[in-house]
Order: sequence, then structure tokens, then C-alpha cells
Amino acid sequence: MTQREIVLPGSYIGERKGRKIVNCYVEGEKVYSKVLGVLKISDEEICVVPLAGKYFPKVGDRIIGRIEEIEVSGWWVDINSPYMAFLPLSEAVDEFVDVRRVDLSRFYDIDDIIFCKITKVTKNKIIQVSMKDVLARKLFGGITIKITPYKVARVIGKGGSMIELIKEKTGSEIYVGQNGVIWIKGGKKEKAIEAILTIEREAHTIGLTEKIAKMLSG
Amino acid sequence: MEEFVKEYLNQGKRIDGRGFRDYRPIEIKHSVVSKAEGSAFVNLGGTKVYAGVKLDIGEPFPDSPNEGILIVNAEFTPLSSPEIEPGPPGEDAIELARIVDRIIRESQAIELEKLFIEEGKVWVVYVDLAVFDMRGNLMDASTLASIKALLHTRIPKVENGKIIRGEFVSKLPVIYKPVSVTIGKYNNNLLVDLSKEEEEVIDTKLVIGVRDDDKICAMQKQGIGALSFKDIEGALDLAIEKSKELRRLL
Amino acid sequence: MKKPEIPLIINGRRIDGRLPDEVREIKMSIGEILNADGSARVSFGNTEAIVAVYGPRALFPKFLQETDVGLVRVIYSMSPFSVDERKNPAPDRRSIEISKVTKEALSAAIFIEDFPKAVVDVYENIIQADGSTRVAAINAASLALASAGIPMKDLVAACSVGKVDDTLIVDLNGKEDNYSESDMAVAMMPSKGLITFLQMDGRLTKEEVLELLKKAEEVCKRIYELQKKTLLERYKMEKEEE
Repeated sequence: MTQREIVLPGSYIGERKGRKIVNCYVEGEKVYSKVLGVLKISDEEICVVPLAGKYFPKVGDRIIGRIEEIEVSGWWVDINSPYMAFLPLSEAVDEFVDVRRVDLSRFYDIDDIIFCKITKVTKNKIIQVSMKDVLARKLFGGITIKITPYKVARVIGKGGSMIELIKEKTGSEIYVGQNGVIWIKGGKKEKAIEAILTIEREAHTIGLTEKIAKMLSG
Repeated sequence: MEEFVKEYLNQGKRIDGRGFRDYRPIEIKHSVVSKAEGSAFVNLGGTKVYAGVKLDIGEPFPDSPNEGILIVNAEFTPLSSPEIEPGPPGEDAIELARIVDRIIRESQAIELEKLFIEEGKVWVVYVDLAVFDMRGNLMDASTLASIKALLHTRIPKVENGKIIRGEFVSKLPVIYKPVSVTIGKYNNNLLVDLSKEEEEVIDTKLVIGVRDDDKICAMQKQGIGALSFKDIEGALDLAIEKSKELRRLL
Repeated sequence: MKKPEIPLIINGRRIDGRLPDEVREIKMSIGEILNADGSARVSFGNTEAIVAVYGPRALFPKFLQETDVGLVRVIYSMSPFSVDERKNPAPDRRSIEISKVTKEALSAAIFIEDFPKAVVDVYENIIQADGSTRVAAINAASLALASAGIPMKDLVAACSVGKVDDTLIVDLNGKEDNYSESDMAVAMMPSKGLITFLQMDGRLTKEEVLELLKKAEEVCKRIYELQKKTLLERYKMEKEEE
């Protein structure tokens, strides 16, 4: 059974009954929402999917980051979050690198854009990302835009339908990060951006897919 | 240290052996600064604060042309704690001064209407607090020091519109002795007179100003915790009870 | 404190015609400041507050960061034109004190442990002041925080109560605020019955304090319902996408 309604901070949801909770808190057995969001209840989990807010890193998320700083043994990456992520050398380069001699900018330089995966998030928000993932790569050229992170799912669409539509119609190369950063290169990229921003703005409207299809065909 | 303090509080005890409703020893001296028109020094369990009263002639506020003016200021001197940096008063010092100000003003302790000198001229009563050691419950120590200083303030002689310092004509008209009782909440317990160590673990306090007739003249919740209605009712009873004890020291 | 030139209660009515327990018209809206992560506007009669929330965002300089909790900062300010005599825009002692206690009141509701090392900045601005400005700002701050996605235990609802001409009243206007025998500003998490903000001055018996708190609770609960309605209406649309 699933149930969907909007909840607010402090909204009473129900008894926990041993379930996992996400974006909720408990008082005894009672579960309350922590945030403004859409409630998703199943037999295993009580989850509130936020309708607003900053990107908070989760292990496994594929995101787009920008190299902010180069350290002796890795890179600081801006991931459009309150926290910087660290990309350690060992998670970025396969070959042996003598850090005493090699300038790491040879691999990733400041302002380089990377598509990477979050591999570690500690309680104190020490974030680690890795390039050792099939999809991870440096993104050359192109441009990045930012959208509200919670609307990323809408841009991707069910089973990737929306983003595939945009790619097909524009011929652009597009990467979408869970952190709300989107990278676009080639093709009719102005059209692609226009479509993405429309989705962000009108995420709630019915028949959006048709609208976007029409917009991109025109 | 914090864990140790919490462990004690959880057992209903305090690290210095006091009960939850006990103040630490209080030492109060008055007229400790001869240059000031009134002054006092309070040592509340190691928290040391001076209150000095200076009187000046000034212009009344337009909406109360016949009344004297009260101005309270607090300075946390860098002597008082490793956390205090020199510079203008921070938010804690400003809050402290403003609560003391409200306790004096709202209790109507000073008969401000008797501080009229002549058309356009009234006495300005400056109460300055100088904190020298912060060992917890600065609030109550500061209120005690301020009231004690005011009770021993004398109005200087005025000749040709000029103040003759060191010569006095009368006492400052102080008719009430309001005190503050600051109550901390830990779990479901209410405690008075938090020590420095206790202040580090207790995140909710309620300052209550009480006048001689048990009227409440100021309240302020402090800290990032919350209070239930029951907590507040309990705190009011406790404050009224402890206020009598503190007032006797004045 | 000061004596008013006119009585504040005549034939059981207040100077603006309200009954003692009557609240002025309350308006709430969300999302007006496009740059902010969350924003809200709340008015009580002529008193109007706009609040913007930024964050959680990285906190610098680094020594301000706490490894286990995030920081909440609040700046309450009044526009120079919000009052009869132009107000100097520099922060005064009153604003600094209100900012401090408001920060504590909001922190009590926020899960600060969810954003360690980071900061949430809450900027409150009073556009027009006619009494009860700090509580109007707290109500707006709570809406702005919720719409910025900040995790909280509950919304925070706030109101003022007081005593004028021997009568206990709610939602003080500017004149009542100036000439009241006592006034009290209260904020709470209504569904928890917990008070996160309390400032009172004047001369009240213990019983009067408790009675005023009860009145404040009633008003806060009504404001709470309005806050919830405002948020739900604003985000109702968003649900339809699902």
C-alpha cells in the first residue's frame, strides 16, 4: 500500500512499527515529519521526499562537481551542497603517482567539471567522491546549469523518458547530477536548456512531457 | 567535564554538592568606588561584577518631559573569561544590560518623576556593569549589584546648572528592590544559580524579575531549548520563593 | 509605563475597535524573494515582516564551524521608514537582543544536528511597525524555514499578549505596546506545547502571567493553523506532479 500526501515539519504520520524512517523523527513510537515534502509509506519504510532544500550528499548518488582546489593528495570538489567533497588521488587515478613530484593539475585542474559518484558520507559531513565508476568521467567543454535538486527526478522522467526525449530532439550530450547540476554540450543546447528550465518551473503541470515534446519539435 | 556534570544532574545532584534550589555563597559590598555616585560589588559563587552609578544632567525624552532617564550598560571585560575578546559589547552583554534595564524600569524601582531638575533638564542615571569573572549566573549577580548600587546612590549638588562632584544633596529615590532569579531546566528539573559548568550543559534558562510585592516585572527565555507551561509555572513559584532570600541580602 | 493620553479600552473595545481577545487581520504568503532558499511575508494589521532564509550553506571563517551541529544566525532589522520617526538603519541594541533571542527560539525547533559545520541565515525585516513586530517576524521566519526545506520538529507560531487598562489583551498594536502595563511575546511549537520564545515586562502577578500564557497559546494555535494552510496551498501544486 502506498499513500501520498504533503506533510510539514511536525506533521504526525503514524506509528513506526519497526519501519525505516527517512526525513522523519520519532517520539517514542510516534513518527513525525521533519520537513516539507511528500509522504511515501510502505511496509518497510516511512519516507518524506522533500519538496525544497539544498542537496545533501548520499552515498551512491551520481553528481556533477567542479574542481575547487588542488591538495597534495587529491582535490576539493564543489558539489552544489553546503559541503565540499574530497576526491582522493587513489579514487581518481589508476596509475602510481609520486605526489612529491607530480602536479595533480595534470589530471584534474581547477574548474574542471567531473561526473562522479559519492562513496562516503560521515556523520560530520566529510564527503568523498570517486571516479572509479563506470559512468564517471571528466566533462570537457559544455556548460553547466543548476536546478532545484528535488526536481531532478522530473527532468530525468520515468525510466529516463524525459531526458532521453530532450537528448533525442536536440542532439545534445547531457549529464544530470542528482545534486541538481546539469551539463550540456553540443546539438541544439539552447533548446535543451529551455526545456530543462521549463520542466523545473512547471514541474507540477499535467501533460508536461507532451508540452516539452512539442516545444522541442517546433 | 560535561559528561561528569550531566551524570550528577541525572542523579539529582550537583557537582558542588548544592541542592537544585540552592544559591552559592553571595558576597555583596556597596560604595566600593568613591568616584561613582553609587556602586556595589557582588561575588556570587565566584562570578564577580561591579555596578557603578553615575549621574549626569541631560535632556528628558520628549514623551516624558518630567522624568529622569535610566541607561544600563554592561561590559564583559576580557579579564573575565578566555572567551571574551576586547571590543564593543556582544549580543550577550547587550541582552544582559537590557534585562537589567527592564527589571529596574518595569518594577518602577526608581521614582523617575522625582529626577526632574528644571524645564528641559533631568537626571540621567547611568548604571554600568563591569564583569570581572564569569563563573555562572552573571544575570542574577548583575541585578543584585545594580540594585545594591542604586540603593546607595546619592544625588550630587547642582550649582548654576553644574554638578558639584563629591557633594550630595539627597539619596536617589529607590522604592523597590527587584531581583532576578534565573532558572535552568535540565530534563524535568528546575535549578537556580547555574555554575559555569552547569551553564555549559543546560540549554534552557528562564530569567524572572520579581518585585518586593511578588509582582513579576520581567521574564526572558534564554538558550536553544524549550519550556512547557508546567516548567514556567514551576519556575514562577521558585523565583518568587528565591527572590525573598536574595532581597534580604540587599 | 508611560501614561497614555487616552484610555486604551473604552466600553470593552480597544482603540482600533477590537475586543480584548481579537487578533488583527493576519496575512501570510510564501516564496516572494526569488534569490532566497525560502522566504515569507506575514502581516498583523499594519505590522508587516518579510523574512528570507539562506542555507544551509558553508560557514566561514572556519573557526565558527561546529563539528556536530549547524549554526543558526538571525538578523532582525527595521526599515528606516517603518516607524513614525525615521529609524537609523544601523543595528541598535534592541534589534541585537531580539535577534539573539529569536535565534534561540528558532534553533529550539530546528534539527541543527542535521547540518553540522554549516549555517542557516535568517534575515528578518520589518517593513512597517505597528506593534508585535518580533512575533510577526518569527511567524514569517518559521514559514520561510519550512519552505527552504530546513528540518524542524514543528513550525513555530508566535504572538503577543499583554495588559492594558487592567484588561488582558492579545496581539498588541503599536499604541498598546507603548502604553501597556505589561506585554509579553511568546513563540511556541504548538503541537508539542513547548515554548521557545518568551519575553515579558511590566508588572503582573503570577496568576496573570499564567493566564496570559494560556491566551497566547490559543492565539498561537490559530496562527499555526494559518501557517499550515499557507504552506499546503503553496505546495499543493507540487504534489500533482507525482
